[in-house]
Amino acid sequence: MSSIIDHLWLVPAVPFAASLIIILGLPNARRRSAATLAIAGQVAVLALSTVALLSTLQTHGFRAVQNFTWFTFGDNALRLGFVLDPLAAAMLLMISLVGLCIFVFSIGYMAEDKNFVRFFAYLSFFSGAMLGVVIANSLLLLFVFWELVGLASYLLIGFWIERPSAAAAAKKAFITTRIGDMGFFLGMLWLYNRGGTLVFYDGGKGCLESAGLAMLGASATFIALLIFFGAVGKSGQFPLHVWLPDAMEGPTPVSALIHAATMVAAGVFLVARVYPLFSLGAINGVTSSLTVVVWIGVTTALMAALIAIAQADIKRILAYSTVSQLGLMMVSMGVGGVAAGIMHLLAHGFFKALLFLGSGSVIHGCHGEQDIRKMGGLRRFMPVTFVTYAIGMMALSGVPFFFSGGWTKEEILHATAHWPKSPVPYYLMLAGVILTALYMTRQVIYVFFGNPRASAEHAHESPRVMTMPLIVLALGAILLSVVLTPAWSWLHGYLTGEPVHFEIGRLIQPMLFVSLVLVSAGIGAGWWMYRKAGMQAGDRPAEIDPLEYAQPALFRFLANKMWIDELYAHTVIAFSWMAARLSNWMDRYFWDGLVRGFGAMGQLLGIFTSDVDERGINAGVDETTVGARGLGRLMSAAHSGQIQTYLGMVAIGMLALLLLYAWLA
Amino acid sequence: MTPTLQAFVFVSGALFSVGLLAALSRRHAIFILIGIELMLAAANLNFIAFWRFAPQPHQPPVGVMLAIFSIAISAAEAAVGLAMVIAVYRHYHTTNVDQLDQLKG
Repeated sequence: MSSIIDHLWLVPAVPFAASLIIILGLPNARRRSAATLAIAGQVAVLALSTVALLSTLQTHGFRAVQNFTWFTFGDNALRLGFVLDPLAAAMLLMISLVGLCIFVFSIGYMAEDKNFVRFFAYLSFFSGAMLGVVIANSLLLLFVFWELVGLASYLLIGFWIERPSAAAAAKKAFITTRIGDMGFFLGMLWLYNRGGTLVFYDGGKGCLESAGLAMLGASATFIALLIFFGAVGKSGQFPLHVWLPDAMEGPTPVSALIHAATMVAAGVFLVARVYPLFSLGAINGVTSSLTVVVWIGVTTALMAALIAIAQADIKRILAYSTVSQLGLMMVSMGVGGVAAGIMHLLAHGFFKALLFLGSGSVIHGCHGEQDIRKMGGLRRFMPVTFVTYAIGMMALSGVPFFFSGGWTKEEILHATAHWPKSPVPYYLMLAGVILTALYMTRQVIYVFFGNPRASAEHAHESPRVMTMPLIVLALGAILLSVVLTPAWSWLHGYLTGEPVHFEIGRLIQPMLFVSLVLVSAGIGAGWWMYRKAGMQAGDRPAEIDPLEYAQPALFRFLANKMWIDELYAHTVIAFSWMAARLSNWMDRYFWDGLVRGFGAMGQLLGIFTSDVDERGINAGVDETTVGARGLGRLMSAAHSGQIQTYLGMVAIGMLALLLLYAWLA
Repeated sequence: MTPTLQAFVFVSGALFSVGLLAALSRRHAIFILIGIELMLAAANLNFIAFWRFAPQPHQPPVGVMLAIFSIAISAAEAAVGLAMVIAVYRHYHTTNVDQLDQLKG
């Protein structure tokens, strides 16, 4: 099936074209056309993705590539290309489907916004860039799209530019991810230096194929770690996670699309894509680079889950849960469960988009309020939002059987439990599962149960254009559980190329009970802790959190995001300020001083020469002329025109000559 | 008493001085010309005297010849001078040399 790979370039091109047409061709008032165009582009991409997916189903372990030369220099050619394999196809379908839901949702959510048209242009631009990341068959091309995604993220976080906090968050996101991208770029350069190619699959010559990998040798570990650093930045892993919660300043559909479902998944996707680099020379499935991935992932997952417990902003809780889930996926990658990680990524794309859109619906219904302490009792006013949100919450918490997140989380736990290096990540992950269930229960109780508080009193259900995507995504979150069940390892086999077989016995595994117990414990604990929270009605939002009541110091520690931002402010940022000040000083006084010194020297020289000119040369000339004039005047006085005076002079001269003669003789 | 060369030179010098004085101090052009003639006469007297009192007195009469030449030339010069005076008078209506300062630098 080569026809689809020939047209694969259309996948990013269509949204790009839509974006270009919207931003360049449509005036601000053409709202309907902008939305129609963007959604039409997304539908086209969805159709293309479906065709692509279908073509990958025909053969087992399908992989089609289309490479082309970008430019040649000397004997080297820089080659780019597109690849279609199960990983790309699954991601394509997830991104285009989730994207479509979010596009539709945005029509309702952004209905009041004056920059509606620009918003859809950015969304389309983002969609194109993200799809490009997925199908790139060259690390360089992937990097290009990766940076475009970063740009789109910057534009969308700072979409409400009139808010200083949004502008600051956009800058923070851009700069923080750029730090990671620097590692990515260095890794890429190193890889090119060693392997001579950045194309992933190239008929046996690509850098991810055995011949290319063999050329890397020991440097593969460092290359993999540098590339992982890029993934850390993009996927909000510790220590570069700080931008993701701040990115919630953007409009909620953006948070759903970029900071939950797709863009932040790019880091996990990148690790999956270049997995052969990580696993090169693995002994028993463990390499040093993968070990780093595991520990970073575990740290992130647990830390973010802890912080999420103490947050009050509905979107920030979800943001930290995203960070935490991405950590989970990283762990899965690190322990060798690539398929499990990607499956969780796909499932997470659906339910996290659902949760974010649900929160968007809640915010919309509460007239822009984001503080969960001011909500409450919304299940009565917003039934559709409540039901779909609850489905998303259970999928995220990992309730097994019916919700997609349950199966994938269980599979990740399964893979982690068998990691030969250390059992610690496994136990930390179990704690993470409990915490996830706990903070999601807390959030749902605060938002949907109890009595309506300040902002919830006039709440209303969102329009159909917003609830329909919620329903679609909720159905997706549930239906995905069918293809994800371990009894029929279809998706697993599809992604890994292993044979698929149906075995009902695998439905019931010890891990199932472990996760069932953990999730129940988490939800139960949450229910017990927060059962009384939010019972107060009226205008008294600032009631004390039960955790704050019990452990004020711990709560403050978590509510302040473990003071990591402050730590950065006092170390990295302070250092960079100092460096900036030093450079400023150097520039202002040292280099400027030198320049000014030279300038002053020139000036001095100028003054000196001008003086020489004025007083020396000019004065000399002046004096000469004055002298000449004086002499002339003197002479002209002798020239009186009096003939007798002349004669007298002649006589005197004669006399003088006579006297001279007499004296000499 | 036999006149000596000194006497002639003295007379000639006095004559020259009177002529020079006249040429320098008189304002009238005619008087200036007369002064010049006096100085020429003093020169002619010198020619004759130095010829007469030369060591060999009766040599070819060089002094007399020179004096005659000089008188001829002075006659011509006087004619030219008087012609100029008349021309100047016609032009300026004066012969006062103090007023004739067109050659002033």
